[in-house]
Amino acid sequence: MIAYIVKRLGLALLVALAVSALAFFLIRLSGDVATAIAGEGARQEDLDIIRQTYGLDRPLVVQYLSWLWQTLRGDFGTSIYFKTDVSSLVLAKLPVTLLLGLTSLLFALVISIPLGVLAAVYSNSWIDRLALGVAVVGQALPNFFFALCLVMLFSITLRWLPVSGSSTWLHFVMPTIALGYYVAPAFMRLIRAGMIEVLSADYIRTARAKGLPARTVIFKHALRNAVVPVVALTAVQLGFLLGGSVVIETIFALDGLGYLAYQSITYKDFPVMQVIVLLLSVIYVLLTLASDIANAWLDPRIRVA
Amino acid sequence: MSLALSSPAAQPSRTARLLRRLRGQHAFLVGAGLLVLIALLAVFAPLLAPHDPYLQNLAQRTIPPVWYAKGSWVHPLGTDQLGRDYLSRLLYGARISLLIGVSVVIIAGLIGTTMGLLAGYFGGRMDMAMTFIVTTRLSLPVILVALAVVAMVGGSLWIVILVLGLLKWDRFAVVMRSATQQVRSQDYVAAARAAGASTAHIVLREVLPNIAPQLIVVATLEAASAILLEAALSFLGLGVQPPLPSWGLMISEAKAYMFFSFWLIAIPGSALALLIFAINLTGDGLRDVISPDGRG
Repeated sequence: MIAYIVKRLGLALLVALAVSALAFFLIRLSGDVATAIAGEGARQEDLDIIRQTYGLDRPLVVQYLSWLWQTLRGDFGTSIYFKTDVSSLVLAKLPVTLLLGLTSLLFALVISIPLGVLAAVYSNSWIDRLALGVAVVGQALPNFFFALCLVMLFSITLRWLPVSGSSTWLHFVMPTIALGYYVAPAFMRLIRAGMIEVLSADYIRTARAKGLPARTVIFKHALRNAVVPVVALTAVQLGFLLGGSVVIETIFALDGLGYLAYQSITYKDFPVMQVIVLLLSVIYVLLTLASDIANAWLDPRIRVA
Repeated sequence: MSLALSSPAAQPSRTARLLRRLRGQHAFLVGAGLLVLIALLAVFAPLLAPHDPYLQNLAQRTIPPVWYAKGSWVHPLGTDQLGRDYLSRLLYGARISLLIGVSVVIIAGLIGTTMGLLAGYFGGRMDMAMTFIVTTRLSLPVILVALAVVAMVGGSLWIVILVLGLLKWDRFAVVMRSATQQVRSQDYVAAARAAGASTAHIVLREVLPNIAPQLIVVATLEAASAILLEAALSFLGLGVQPPLPSWGLMISEAKAYMFFSFWLIAIPGSALALLIFAINLTGDGLRDVISPDGRG
C-alpha cells in the first residue's frame, strides 16, 4: 500500500509540474502579452515600458522558472486589471466556487442515486424509462441554454429567484440546478448499471433467500457495492464542475473563481489566467489522487496491478 | 479476385451482420434518422433558406415566429434583433455545428488514435509516456484553456476547430489503447508477424481495421461534445465571431432580448439540443451493437 501511494504521489507531482508549464506557455505563446495589455496599435515606447515593468523582456524559460518559484512560495503576482495581488483575489473567490461545486454535486447525487436505484430495481418499467429520459435530456441540453431557461421560468415568469449576484443563498439555487443537472446523467447511468450487475450477484440471491426484506437487500447489500465506482467518478465530475462553473458563474454573475476566470480572460489579465488554470488543474490532480488512493484502499486488487 | 475471397457468399460479412443488428435498435434508428435529416438541411441550406442569412433589415426587427399572432409566413421563425431571417440563420448555423463536429473529430481522432495505437501495440515505455501525457491533458480544464487561448489568439471558426482538436484527443487515446491491447494478442496479428509483415503494416492493416468500430463510437460521442463546447465558447463571445450564425452565438446575441423575445433563445437552443440528442442516440446505439456488455 505504501509503495502504491508513493508511486501515485510521484506521478501526481510530475503531472502538476507539466500542468504548470502548460498553464504558463499555452497562454504566453498564444499571443503577445504586452500588446494585449496596451491594446492594438500601441506605441513602441509604451510596449517597451510594459515589457520592462512586467519582466517580459527576459527569455520565456527564465520567466517561467521565476513564475513557478514565486507561485510555489504563494506569491501569485499582481493582477493587471484589478491592480491587487492575485492570491488575495483568488482566495476571496474560491469559497463561492467550492460551495457551488459542492451544492451541485449534492444536487446531482440527490436526483441520480434514487433514480438510478429505482431504474435498476424496476428495470424496463416506466420509472426506468423516466430515468433514461432525464439522463438523455440532461446530456443533450447545453448547460448555458438550460440556465437561461431557468432564468426565464424562475426569475422572469414566476419572479421567485434573483437573476444575478451571489449575496444570498437564493442566488445559488439556479446555478446549482444548472450545474448539477449537467453532471447528473453520468452518475445515474453508472449507478443503474452497477445496481443491475450487483443485483444479479450470488450474495444478493443468498440475502434474498435468507428472507431479508427487499429494502435491506437493496440498500444495505446492493447499493453499498454499486456505489464504489461512484467514488472515482465523483473526483472526475468535480473537476468537470469546476470547468463548467466558468460558464454558469458568468451567466449568473456569481462572484466565484469561474467568473473571475472569464473576466481575466476578457481583460487578457494573464497573471490571473495562469493562476486559475494552474489552480483548477492542481485541484483536479489532487482529487484524482485522493480517489485513486481511496479506491486502492477499498479494493486491494488495484494495489498489486 | 481477392474481393471474392474476403467475403464468401455463404457467410454474411461483418458489416452486414452489424447493419442487421442495428436495424433492431429503435433508438439508433431515430437518432441516425434525425442526424441524416439535420445533415441534409445543412448541406442544402442555400437551396432551402428563404432569405439571405446575413441580410439586415432594421425595419423588420424581432418579428416573432409564425405561431405567434404577429408572425407571418414571410419569416417562418421570425427575425432577429438586426432583422435577419431566423430560419435562414438556423439552417446555415447547422453547417457550422456539423463542420465543428467533423473537423474537431478528425484532428483529435488522428492525434488520439496514433497515440493509442502506439501505446497499446508497443506497451512498456511508450505506454507509460502516453499515460502521463493523457493524465496531464485530463487535468487541464478544457473550456478554460480553450477560452484563454482563443482570447489571446483571436476568435475565428478555424481557431476554435484547431484549439478543440488539439485538446479533445484524450478519449480517443484511452479507448484506442485498450482496444489495441486486446487486438494485439489475437492469432491473426501473430500470424502476420510470423509471415514477416512490417510493424507499420501490422498496425495499419491488421490492428486498425479491427478497432475501427470502437473508433467510430468514440468519434460520434466526441463530435457531440465538440459541438457543445463550440456553442459554449461562442456563447461567451470567445468562439465563432459575428456575423456567422453559430447557434451558441445566436443565443448569446439574443440574451439582451430574452425578456420579450425568449424564442430568439429557445429556437437555436432547441436546435442544439436536438442535434446533440440525435448524435448521442446514434453513438449509444452503435456502442450497444459493437460491445453489448456496456462501455466501449
